[in-house]
Amino acid sequence: MQPTSLEQLEEEESKDSFDVDVAVTNPEKIGDGMNAYVAYKVSTRTSLAMFRSKTFSVRRRYSDFLGLYEKLSVKQSLHGCIIPPPPEKSVVGMTKVKVGMDDPSSVEFVERRRAALERYLQRVVAHPSLLQDPDVREFLEKEELPRAVSTQALSGAGFLKMINKASDAVNKMTIKMNESDTWFEDKFQEVENEEQQLRKLQAVVDSLVNHRKELCGSTAVFAKSMAMLGNSEDNTALSRALSQLAEVEDKMEQLHQEQAASDFFIFAELLADYIRLLGAVRGCFDQRVRAWQRWQEAQSTLQKKREAEAKLLWANKPDKLQQAKEEITEWEARVTQHERDFDRIGMTVRKEVLRFEKEKAKDFRSQIVKYLEAMLQSQQRLVKFWEAFLPEAKAIA
Amino acid sequence: LSTPQKHQRGNTMRSVSVDLNHDASLLIDIPDALCERDKVKFTVHTKTTLSSFQKPDFSVPRQHEDFIWLHDTLVETEDYAGLIIPPAPPKPDFESPREKMHKLGEGEATMTKEEYTKMKQELEAEYLAVFKKTVQVHEVFLQRLSSHPNLSKDRNFQIFLEYDQDLTVRRKNAKEMFGGFFKNMVKSADEVLISGIKEVDDFFEQEKTFLLDYYSKIKDSTAKAEKMTRSHKNIADDYIHISATLNSLSADDTTILFVSVQKVEGRVASDQELKLTELLRYYMRDIQAAKDLLYRRARALVDYENSNKALDKARLKSKDIPQAEEHQQQCLQKFDKLSESGKKELTSFKGRRVVAFRKNLIEMAELEIKHAKVSSTIQLTHFYTNEKWTL
Repeated sequence: MQPTSLEQLEEEESKDSFDVDVAVTNPEKIGDGMNAYVAYKVSTRTSLAMFRSKTFSVRRRYSDFLGLYEKLSVKQSLHGCIIPPPPEKSVVGMTKVKVGMDDPSSVEFVERRRAALERYLQRVVAHPSLLQDPDVREFLEKEELPRAVSTQALSGAGFLKMINKASDAVNKMTIKMNESDTWFEDKFQEVENEEQQLRKLQAVVDSLVNHRKELCGSTAVFAKSMAMLGNSEDNTALSRALSQLAEVEDKMEQLHQEQAASDFFIFAELLADYIRLLGAVRGCFDQRVRAWQRWQEAQSTLQKKREAEAKLLWANKPDKLQQAKEEITEWEARVTQHERDFDRIGMTVRKEVLRFEKEKAKDFRSQIVKYLEAMLQSQQRLVKFWEAFLPEAKAIA
Repeated sequence: LSTPQKHQRGNTMRSVSVDLNHDASLLIDIPDALCERDKVKFTVHTKTTLSSFQKPDFSVPRQHEDFIWLHDTLVETEDYAGLIIPPAPPKPDFESPREKMHKLGEGEATMTKEEYTKMKQELEAEYLAVFKKTVQVHEVFLQRLSSHPNLSKDRNFQIFLEYDQDLTVRRKNAKEMFGGFFKNMVKSADEVLISGIKEVDDFFEQEKTFLLDYYSKIKDSTAKAEKMTRSHKNIADDYIHISATLNSLSADDTTILFVSVQKVEGRVASDQELKLTELLRYYMRDIQAAKDLLYRRARALVDYENSNKALDKARLKSKDIPQAEEHQQQCLQKFDKLSESGKKELTSFKGRRVVAFRKNLIEMAELEIKHAKVSSTIQLTHFYTNEKWTL
């Protein structure tokens, strides 16, 4: 009689399509002091022949994940693809962990990061092109990975800049793309609007998380106060009822804590993921623009070469003329290549965006359903607590 | 809200005090009230079979200040020193919803029309809740008086109920007469005096210990309950914004569920406020009134002891002995009267308190269950029909 949620059905569906299942678990602090870091276990389960076996696992640290993202971002072959970004660097978070992994805020930070890294990898392997990439395979399979050094120097701000650097190119653009097909322009606008809405939602959800934490605190404090009042009360039955009320409120605090975790890990993190992802979507649009720029520049260079050739024809310098002709041929080829690249990226972007939208709709729905289910369970337990209290209240005489 | 708001009492919510308004010889209620800017005008309606009143059924308009005047004159009345004077109703306080409404107006540009409308509705509901609460607490004050064997016969009480003109002039005169003298004395209620007194009576010794301790505990609980209710309210408000923004992102059926989540949080907050926080707040004030009684009795005991000392001194000096004896007798009578009346009052107070707590705790538990069940039903129905649960 177990209800199968939509989320479970779709999980099974996606498993069938991609045949790769990854998990990020077992965070472990390695080393001591300021050089300490956290190593995670990355486990893969697959039926695909390209992997060394059906199940295997490796240990990876955060900079490895970051390194993978960087490698994928710069690959020509992946231009136009929406490369999922990993969670941001956090100096504050990591410093806490380096000091000690035991206090609640460190625990929360590590769990948050672990879950985010897992979702990151799951999105990577769910992408058909990325799954084929040798760097991805190496990340999942290879025992020892060379240290990703370049990411060390990146601050949190530098990291964000890396993700968003494509947008800088667009801002510097002076020539506007003249497009007969407004699909790209319209879609880009849509993406920007959506990102704005998500940021707004994120602000409110952050407010919710804080208010829920406040509620936990004020409920716990109230429960203690009720217990004290119950002790003071001289009517026996009322005294007991007040003590019972204090216990119910303690249980309520527990429910609120669980709800707060749900608010944060399900809802808030979903929004954070998609704000990052929309940044990546904007990135691939910008890559198309840059491809167009390269094409335009090549055409302009070709034009210059032709003009130069015409001048040489007049000047009657056979050697230079020959060179000019060769350059023209070279640039004609380049122009053709860039045009083809531009068209290819355009097609990739279209395909990627449609795929992304489908995934996003599914993801949002499944996470919100999960969130509401958690709330539902919470409320059912709440009913039980109060139903148990009711006879105590009625027993007051 | 600048336009006058009228409030009609549909189902009444007198919960904090029970066993009121049962004596058909004098029935009082506040059937409606008008809110104009900051001023609330209560319609006080009386139905009586007593011949001391001119008519059997009548209504008068009264302001909050009139209630305070009535309360203060009762406190100042020597004859009632041995009674627990029902606590004065607090001043109507619309500060919170008004401030929020102001903030809402400022932030209107950043919200969607839907969001703004919802927030406005919530604020209007909050305003109405404050309104209902203040009517309730003013009504209870009058009903406590009408159901008290001594206080119901008070002349000023009758004037309050019956006098069909503005009480403002009377109020001003009274203030000049008393100058709040006694009230100020009681205000600086030296707990030191009460606790320092050598108690002769076991009953009062126990009551004193109990009330002093209970007061500090219930005061603490009231403050903590208020904080908790505020947190719930904040969460309910967050959900309004969340459901509005989710709706503009992707209006599918799951986002509609957030609306029901928000409604539940809102109800939980306001019911908790009414049943729990209001209950604690009311009895905190009531216990203060009981403490005031103990104080007056303690003062009377001090006066009696002082009169004894004066009598001894007079006998020593052989001067003014009859006056001293007379004075001593008066003090003793007063003290005995206060003790006798006080014992009765404190005993019935106990019973009243227990009954009120019982009623409110039951109602609160039932409401929590009801809201959670309603919300669960809505969600379960959704999941069953939309998510294709398999059984």
